[in-house]
Amino acid sequence: MTAELLVFLALAGLALAGAVSLILQRHPIHSALSLIVVMAALAGLYLLLEAEFVAAIQIIVYAGAIMVLFVFVIMLLNAGAEERTQFSRMARYAGVPLSGVLLLVLTFHVARASAAMTAASPVDGMTRRVAMLLFRDFAFPFELTSILILVALLGAMVLAKRDS
Amino acid sequence: MNEFTAQHPIVVVALVKIVVLLFLLLTALAYLVWFERKISAHIQSRRGPYRVGPHGLLQPLADGLKFLLKEDATPAGADRFAYFLAPFLTMALAISAIAVIPFGPGTITIFGQSTPLVVADVSIGLLVIFAITSLGIYGVVLAGWSSDSKYSLLGGLRSSAQMVSYELSLTLSVVGVLLLAGTFHLGEIVTAQSGYTWGFLPRWNLLNPTLPQLLGFFCYFVAAVAETNRLPFDLAEAETELVAGFHTEYSAFKFGMFFIGEYASMVTVSCLAVILFFGGWLSPIPAGLGLAWQAYVPAAVLGLAGAALVVDGLRYWKISGRIVLPAMGLALCVIAFLCARPGVRELVQGPFWFLLKVSVVLFVYVWVRWTLPRFRYDQLMAIGWKFLLPASLANVVLTSLAVVARS
Amino acid sequence: MVPIPYYVALSAVLFGLGVTGFVFKRNVLTVFMAIELMLNAVNLAFVAFSRALGQPEGQVFVFFVIVVAAAEAAVGLGIVIVVARNRQSLNVERINLLKL
Repeated sequence: MTAELLVFLALAGLALAGAVSLILQRHPIHSALSLIVVMAALAGLYLLLEAEFVAAIQIIVYAGAIMVLFVFVIMLLNAGAEERTQFSRMARYAGVPLSGVLLLVLTFHVARASAAMTAASPVDGMTRRVAMLLFRDFAFPFELTSILILVALLGAMVLAKRDS
Repeated sequence: MNEFTAQHPIVVVALVKIVVLLFLLLTALAYLVWFERKISAHIQSRRGPYRVGPHGLLQPLADGLKFLLKEDATPAGADRFAYFLAPFLTMALAISAIAVIPFGPGTITIFGQSTPLVVADVSIGLLVIFAITSLGIYGVVLAGWSSDSKYSLLGGLRSSAQMVSYELSLTLSVVGVLLLAGTFHLGEIVTAQSGYTWGFLPRWNLLNPTLPQLLGFFCYFVAAVAETNRLPFDLAEAETELVAGFHTEYSAFKFGMFFIGEYASMVTVSCLAVILFFGGWLSPIPAGLGLAWQAYVPAAVLGLAGAALVVDGLRYWKISGRIVLPAMGLALCVIAFLCARPGVRELVQGPFWFLLKVSVVLFVYVWVRWTLPRFRYDQLMAIGWKFLLPASLANVVLTSLAVVARS
Repeated sequence: MVPIPYYVALSAVLFGLGVTGFVFKRNVLTVFMAIELMLNAVNLAFVAFSRALGQPEGQVFVFFVIVVAAAEAAVGLGIVIVVARNRQSLNVERINLLKL
């Protein structure tokens, strides 16, 4: 039981707790907070996997900007708690257990297929290698994403404008 | 105990550093409030706190007691989880950002383990501070929304929109420094600024020979003041505007936590400004003028401060002051004498210059707050998007051109 | 070193939970958040494989996934605001007519 395994179990537990809480909470703001917890736990897992740059980007962009957008929209639309839903009998007795079984089968097969992979020796300077790839081999997609963001910005502005 | 230390030296050393840093930081935060009140008073031609202890030095203690003992009222329709989470989040994030700030060069030895002068020596120190700043927005947004009050909601929305807008310029204004240093590691950014151009001008990033980062520092400082919700950008929480903005419905210790969070983020931003633009722990005195006497500067400064305290204390108007202040002055003189001893001398150089520069930046912060008038909200957003963002981008482009032209 | 299958299994479970949220929740914002959970699970798998093979391409792809998720969230939330304004409700069962 090395320290690394302990940290992995703690972070994985946190991520799972956050994901389950996302589904079970009734108010969307609590679901949003649970999703932020999941993202923070995942950033910790990226740090364990020696991907520091991706961990920082996850927190700065995903948890710090995209989720802020979600929280703003929940606040602006004054979303309230959901009413209790009336699941049909089929959903409650057959649907939920079957989806649980599907989840377990999927996880088992995916884990077994990747069991052959052993981790390579630790690489350092991963940030530098990612930067080299991003600005040399993938420079064109990188510039395309800036156009994508521009299009999204214009789209969001046009959509949210009130008809005067 | 000793075998635990032997088996897990890293954990023990980290704990010691964390405890020391937390203690120093929380004391410094309390006295930063005192510092601000005294300076604001003198700017406004009055005296500030001077009754609670000599020169008002026990005022932070009185304020702390007040925060602990006040009634803690929770609004009836508040969303309890978010209402309790928001001040905690603000304070915890603001304090944890100090963990990656290096206070000096080299290493010190604790319990036989040599360790650098920073709690968390990560290679992406700068990105960690930006990540923590991004998460700080949640404290404001959740506080504003969960208080179930119109003023809080409007204040929270405005304040968080402001923080999101200025965060972009904050991050971009630092890219010039990154281009010049080539690393995210804060310690290496400081060591990249060592040396003196033309023999006497320190090679700090503000006066960098490739491209002086004056525009970068200006954008960084303006964005930082806006990001920490301080005047001239504090419309969302000013008393004359939306009652008190997002922390209207908070009282007693929860308000105290917001307060601590705001001052802690001020300290973080100042430390970062010193590291990125003012050479961190490097001394401004050129090495060429003779290294020997330079090492005694911290001791000399502390000794002078101690002597000034003694002289001022002996002429104080209250008897308690006439005893306490000279005692403090003598204690400072003793510390100054200790700093002149050979073992401690080298150790104290880096932190002394670093803390001196941080104090200067904090003084400018307070000075700006009590001198400039407040911006209106639409002016504030216009400055953020239409002036500061293009200026930061221009700084990035200019620095890239300068770096390419030089190599 | 934690074995890579552990990370991939966690990613699969998170993805499954995201699908469950997507199917069973009725507030359109929560459904959107379940989609983001699925994207995050996939990111974890990418980073785990990138570490296993020692190649940085996985992390570059994660960068692109995050950027695309940001753009999608912006436009998607804009659409949600317009639809909520017109239908006066955030319940997916009420947003079921093609003509508003």
